[in-house]
Amino acid sequence: MAQSEQEILEGLAEIVNEETGLDTDQVELDKSFTDDLDIDSLSMMTIVVNAEEKFGVRIPDDEVKNLKTVRDAVNFISNAQG
Amino acid sequence: MGILEGKKLLVTGVLMDSSIAFHVAKIAQEEGAEVVLTSFGRTMKITQTIAKRLPSTPEVLELDVSDQGHLDSLAERLGQQVDRLDGVLHSIGFAPPGAFNFLEGTWEDVSTALHVSAYSLKSLAAAALPVMGHGGSIVGLTFDAQFAWPVYDWMGVAKAAFESTNRYLARDLGPKGIRCNLVSAGPIRTTAAKSIPGFEQFEQTWHDRAPLGWDIRDAVPAARACAALLSDWFPATTGEIVHVDGGVHAMGQ
Repeated sequence: MAQSEQEILEGLAEIVNEETGLDTDQVELDKSFTDDLDIDSLSMMTIVVNAEEKFGVRIPDDEVKNLKTVRDAVNFISNAQG
Repeated sequence: MGILEGKKLLVTGVLMDSSIAFHVAKIAQEEGAEVVLTSFGRTMKITQTIAKRLPSTPEVLELDVSDQGHLDSLAERLGQQVDRLDGVLHSIGFAPPGAFNFLEGTWEDVSTALHVSAYSLKSLAAAALPVMGHGGSIVGLTFDAQFAWPVYDWMGVAKAAFESTNRYLARDLGPKGIRCNLVSAGPIRTTAAKSIPGFEQFEQTWHDRAPLGWDIRDAVPAARACAALLSDWFPATTGEIVHVDGGVHAMGQ
């Protein structure tokens, strides 16, 4: 079932919080995963597989490099949910 | 009845669902095996999540093959999951980035590659041996080490050591009824492969050179070969390397 962008953002923030300990309110749409949130490639993989489970979508490995900001991830998940 | 009905297998190297080991675990379960996975450190959480995508969610034990404590306690921890072990899949390899530059690679880089990617086959087999009392099968994954490849560099040397380790293991474990074999797969676009700088140089030529063709996105052919070698269908085969590469190893040009 498609979720609103706000719901996806909140769900993603919970996953980021669980992996990195960052407060969920720091996970804002315009933040870069690497530059602003200091998330390395291994943490990004963990976040991606957990997002796949949580949102019921597949994020192909080749797509992950395009998910530079939180907004990129929210948009991808939203589109994938249709 | 599946070819692995009733078998109890330890499968290392499941990271993502693109991992060759993931497909081995999946096929093994579909063929009737009970599977236990290993992972370590920060990748444990990823493996535990990916494990849920298997037909039946297996236990994930922590095993860093460079940690003697992990190796020493493996048999006991395995014994809490299964009453015996019939097979082990070794799908483990690592080389620091410096090892992918042949002339510049330091011994520190190279020794790490050899420890994790070659010696670990012996370490893993020895650690699992106490629960493999009734024979069994150890299967590993190599990348044809007869040749010098672009970009593979000291990882290629580590694979040559790995292939030799397999032959010596076959010699020493044969009397215990344990077979040791490798699958030499063509390039497959896994997370491990993507960490090799310049990996795409393999991708571009492999399909053209393989008489059967080759799909770098398809781990199933290599995984099926692993499942077959873990089964009772190769009862007199050990120290062998089965090429699952579309036929590239047999071609000249």
